[in-house]
Amino acid sequence: MGILDLRLEKSNIVITSLDNLLNWARLSSLWQMQFGLACCAIEMMAASASNFDIMRFGVIPRATPRQTDVMIVAGTVTIKMASRIKRLYDQMAEPRYVLSMGSCSNCGGPYWEHGYHVLKGVDRVIPVDVYVPGCPPRPEALLEGIMKLQEKVRQESIAKKSA
Amino acid sequence: MTPQEILDKLTSQFGDAILESKLDVAQPWIKIARDRAEGICLYLRDEPSLQFDYLMCLSGVELSDGNLGVVYHLSSIIHKHKIVLKTVCSKEDPHIQSASAVWGTANWHEREAFDMFGIIFDGHPDLRRILLPDDWEGYPLRKDYKVQEFYNGIKVPY
Amino acid sequence: MDQSRPLPTNYVTQPDRVITSRGKTVRTEEMIINMGPQHPSTHGVLRLEIVVDGEIIVDAIPHIGYLHRCFEKHAEHMTNYQQVIPYADRMDYVASMNNDHAFALAVERMMKIEVPERVEYIRVIMAELQRIASHLVALGTYGIDAGAFTPFLYCFRDREKILDLFEITCGARLLYNYIWVGGLSHDLPAGFVEQAKEFCAYFKPKIKEFNDLLTYNEIFIKRTANVGVLPGDVAINYACSGPMLRGSGVNWDLRRDDPYAVYDKFDWEVQVGKGEVGTVGDCWDRHIVRVREMEQSVKIIEQALAGIPEGNVQSAVPKRIRPEAGEIYIRTETPRGELGFFIMSDGSGSPYRVKARGPAFVNLSVLPEIARGAMIADLTMIVGSVDIVLGEVDR
Repeated sequence: MGILDLRLEKSNIVITSLDNLLNWARLSSLWQMQFGLACCAIEMMAASASNFDIMRFGVIPRATPRQTDVMIVAGTVTIKMASRIKRLYDQMAEPRYVLSMGSCSNCGGPYWEHGYHVLKGVDRVIPVDVYVPGCPPRPEALLEGIMKLQEKVRQESIAKKSA
Repeated sequence: MTPQEILDKLTSQFGDAILESKLDVAQPWIKIARDRAEGICLYLRDEPSLQFDYLMCLSGVELSDGNLGVVYHLSSIIHKHKIVLKTVCSKEDPHIQSASAVWGTANWHEREAFDMFGIIFDGHPDLRRILLPDDWEGYPLRKDYKVQEFYNGIKVPY
Repeated sequence: MDQSRPLPTNYVTQPDRVITSRGKTVRTEEMIINMGPQHPSTHGVLRLEIVVDGEIIVDAIPHIGYLHRCFEKHAEHMTNYQQVIPYADRMDYVASMNNDHAFALAVERMMKIEVPERVEYIRVIMAELQRIASHLVALGTYGIDAGAFTPFLYCFRDREKILDLFEITCGARLLYNYIWVGGLSHDLPAGFVEQAKEFCAYFKPKIKEFNDLLTYNEIFIKRTANVGVLPGDVAINYACSGPMLRGSGVNWDLRRDDPYAVYDKFDWEVQVGKGEVGTVGDCWDRHIVRVREMEQSVKIIEQALAGIPEGNVQSAVPKRIRPEAGEIYIRTETPRGELGFFIMSDGSGSPYRVKARGPAFVNLSVLPEIARGAMIADLTMIVGSVDIVLGEVDR
């Protein structure tokens, strides 16, 4: 049972801290930017489909960065694409989070050694909150990454600004 | 048609532009002069008994003696035969005549060969880099390529 | 000019003046719109630079290279030909089994290895299952481009069953590294044949369900018929292959016309577009060719499952792969078209030059020809019907 069901059994007054309320609202509806780059995008699409269903976590794909909270960087980031990712990240409104999915965006993946055009990890251009390993990660792994991100959001506080 | 017949037709038509050939391997090849490529390809496409209307692949290569080259793999949907053409040029003078007027698909393949090897195709309508950014330095698939350290402030190697 | 009627399709640009219904002159010029690289319907990181005159496209220039992952450079540095296969997987990531198959075939022909017949049958089964899975992704996302979200969910539900089959065989859902030079990495597990037969029986009515949902839907037909017409001779000149070529009426399929596996043992037909609801070579034709190819793939799989011979799948895997100096070009029919590998060997254990000819790279180059004269809303349908996978376009 969620907060609403527990607290609203007898009356319609809920007493909680503002941090709790804001964090609960934010983590329950992390809208993602539809940003599939490579193979991990297919697993991300499979996670949005009916077998794994990421929408029950509140994660809805939106096309424009202005309306999203989380950018799931799924796939290899190349040098040509890196400046565009930075521009898209700048367009997102705060609070914004980045989830790096797959080993190509974590650290360059299988292309780390001889890939002259591959960016060795998307954290070279934007700050990342959660890393999901795998090549490609299973949809369940992506769901666990979303849950870890929700844990992180739960710890936030509007009094202390996080890095 | 057999590869020997194709070679005979080409030598009778173009004579000295046909430099070398090797017909006893699994995929026989014919080497042609680099500044006559377009005429030879046009003949191969339009001659009724040959009709090589399908360019399967056009690859840039760097040979072991340091020269650059282009390999054309042609096939015919009508006659169901295949042939391989080769041209060679040096790194100091990397010019080869373009085949993009003969087959529309050669356009992008030649841009990729230019991007990866630096081979300049004379007569190509729009020769610029296709896969790498326009201000990238160097031609990556050459054997002596060194990765640049920074590109616009982003560190490139691991 | 009367502003209340839509512009005719043969409208010639008048660069300076348009006279409105109030008698005032308005200066018009063409506009350049940028689509991508981040865009919900470009199927990956493709950038299209569209020059429009009002709503009508004058030119559509694709810019690629946003996913260039240096496959050819990696292939040259690998110490063993088997190590290139995971990189080949990741090129066309929606149809990995077909990529593995093509590369393994190329090396086997260079080394003149004969694989056991059991391996040939299993390779055909895996390739056809992968063809169905890849077409399901293509058709599902094509529905999303048109605005229909439900077929996407239905396609992915059926695709999960195929991925289950792959998972019990080799452990992976998307990128398998299964077809090795000379054989396979694992034999079929117990229960695979029964589960695959069950899948075939389950899937046949689903194709009819999909057709009822999307293919014969009046809105979908209005959006795809007579749009993006590609004539057959232009398709051959631009070396299009796969459903792009067959949708334009050219009866050419590498599985039958340039044989590389045991497809001649099975009874199946090549599907060609006939212009049933529009012109030959429009987007609907390419779509229906893909749907019908799925039906034929189910037929092939059932026949192959009934006749798999016994054998050892690893008996022909060589201990050291060291082909003689030489070169070879092999082409196979993947769900997108003709995937070719040109391999040059210098006699050592690692390749000297590997060139991958991706079908999506070649098919995409014809986009300016077929998009000219269409409206902007038609462009999403045209790009979706080419069925590109950017990993293969950029390699």
